[in-house]
Amino acid sequence: MDPKTYKFDTLSLHAGYMPSKNAGSRQVPIYQTTSYMFDDVDHAAALFNLERGGHIYSRISNPTVQVLEERVAALEGGTAALATASGMSAIFLTIMTLCNAGDHVVVSSQLYGGTVNLFRLTLPKFGIKATFVKPRDTEGFKKAIKENTKCIYGELVGNPGNELMNLPEISNIAHDAGIPVIIDSTYQTPYLFKPLEHGADFVVHSLTKWMAGHGSSMAGILVEGGKFDFLKTNKFPTMTEPYEGYHGLSFAEEFGPVAFTMKARAEGMRDMGPCLSPQNAWNVLQGIETLSVRMEKHCSNASKMVEYLSKHDSVAWVSHASLKDNPDYELAKKLLPKGTGSMIAFGIKGGKEAGAAFIDNVKLASHLANVGDTRTLVIHPASATHSQMDEATLKLANMSHDMIRLSVGIEDIEDIKNDFEDGFRAASKPRLVANK
Amino acid sequence: MKFKVNNKEVFASTGGRPFDKEKPLIIFIHGSGLSHITWVLQTRYFAFHGYSVLAIDLPGHGYSEGPALESIEEQGKWISDVIDSVEMKEASLVGHSQGCLIVLECASQFPEKVKSIGLMGGAGAIPMNPELLELAENGDPKAVELMMDWAHGPAGHFGGHPVPGLHHMNLGGSIVINGSVKNALGVDFRACDNYKNGFEAAKKIKCPAINILGDRDRMCPIKAGKKLAENLQNSEVEIIKNCGHMILLEEAGQSLEILKKFIRKNHPV
Repeated sequence: MDPKTYKFDTLSLHAGYMPSKNAGSRQVPIYQTTSYMFDDVDHAAALFNLERGGHIYSRISNPTVQVLEERVAALEGGTAALATASGMSAIFLTIMTLCNAGDHVVVSSQLYGGTVNLFRLTLPKFGIKATFVKPRDTEGFKKAIKENTKCIYGELVGNPGNELMNLPEISNIAHDAGIPVIIDSTYQTPYLFKPLEHGADFVVHSLTKWMAGHGSSMAGILVEGGKFDFLKTNKFPTMTEPYEGYHGLSFAEEFGPVAFTMKARAEGMRDMGPCLSPQNAWNVLQGIETLSVRMEKHCSNASKMVEYLSKHDSVAWVSHASLKDNPDYELAKKLLPKGTGSMIAFGIKGGKEAGAAFIDNVKLASHLANVGDTRTLVIHPASATHSQMDEATLKLANMSHDMIRLSVGIEDIEDIKNDFEDGFRAASKPRLVANK
Repeated sequence: MKFKVNNKEVFASTGGRPFDKEKPLIIFIHGSGLSHITWVLQTRYFAFHGYSVLAIDLPGHGYSEGPALESIEEQGKWISDVIDSVEMKEASLVGHSQGCLIVLECASQFPEKVKSIGLMGGAGAIPMNPELLELAENGDPKAVELMMDWAHGPAGHFGGHPVPGLHHMNLGGSIVINGSVKNALGVDFRACDNYKNGFEAAKKIKCPAINILGDRDRMCPIKAGKKLAENLQNSEVEIIKNCGHMILLEEAGQSLEILKKFIRKNHPV
């Protein structure tokens, strides 16, 4: 006897939406509206007071965005989700919902450069400080936890160096300390990895990347796992103490496994307002419909590129956890059995100049600040995405100046390799490029 | 709020308003393995509209001290003890699923304490599938997956939670998993399976009753709900279309409207 609940590929197409409640429309309608009619004064008051569910104003929630939220919650195995205008706003909203001024967070040092700067420069302005720990240094996470630490934050596979965090062990450390773990799972998508099944309590995504998949729309999301019990300690007054903004409501008591999302929406979307447009939500939903088939192709092309780059004379090193000599190989086999993702970091012989020549001479691969497009993308992180980090922070993130970050697309693999050959050929003649 | 019943700590949500003995009391009783969280889309409304609300965690569930009570009869008596413990004389009782059996027991054993009863997804008997019962008693999480599958109608399986962003089945499942599959869900399922007094209890109940049923309910099908209604002396039936067993969440708005009308009429402020 097995449950007949829908599986991943079916949920990618159907979760969160019923045509029968939307005029029979097979496709999800785009509710391009700012606000919603109340039945009467009592209905309005009940909505504002969280006495009943429904929509008030599209900054807080929107029916098209709601479909996306439920779909991602379904795919991640979460109790609730809250979509935002971008991945960065999802991270900011999550931290601001969890923390107060005077709090501290422990953060993996290998993160998207914008996230590093959020923790290093912006959050301290709000009185929230971070300690950075190298992703492979599991004990380091434990040592960094202080009395006022409110969470551990990281990317399972760090950007851009591809080093893995041992999430199950780090989650045990966090839970022993009574704090939750937040994982940015943008690189994996739930197709490859579901952090909530491996100890994470909250997941954030930049949906802009593989989830949407087509490089067309910005979006982010927070997903709640529903297992972290804020009432177990007195560490989280923002969740457990009466909240004046809703007549003394204790979010943790009233909403239990969805309390964090409820608070993030009721307070964060109300006060900060990083709402996702219904059009962009719809674009992301279109992408998610084909998530499985795209991820399979992304991963298969990435495997072939790892093999190609590893054997190439112009390449000094390749970082991808699928390589047997990679320190994360065994952990990746355990956590990422469907594939280690389509992000590859490699060092080009000839250092920074050769890297610049390579990037300037590939034609199919796009040189831009994004990952997870259907198209192949390349960038030199030290001069672009991570350029606002100082030398010490770059070192902590294990980033070198010869590093190229490659996001493998779903083009024909031979075309990608041929394009790279052109890049490597130019890179081997740095003087010519320098004179260009 | 936390209070003591029979010297054991009990948690109940008061719907976001302080408990007030001067206001009429409604007690909400959750289903098997669940907790007060399931009632959030009913309790807050009543709490802000003139009622005192207690959405209780049964013993051994949510934040109430254990162990779980092993029979529906004991649980019915325990609800009466709750009314005494908060120094009230009477209450309206609203139950879901197993909570309905508990309501029937309490209202038949202590008619003087029960003003009206609301039954969501109720039946006079809830025999359990033997395999599901065994899984739950062994603490197997598969019991929760099966329960969530069977308990939810189309909205649960596809989506469209009344509260934006919430996911029906994962939320329901996490409430059970966060408790104890073996010591809460398993004990509850066994109590339901053992309980044979539902129809006899129903025949004794004279207070107004409403049966709110979902036409896609696979755990307590409408046929069973209607049979229970026939045994209650003063009973109404409301059927919600395209709705499974988790009526209080799947069709929270409709069920609240029905309940509002019924409680306001039979237990006015």
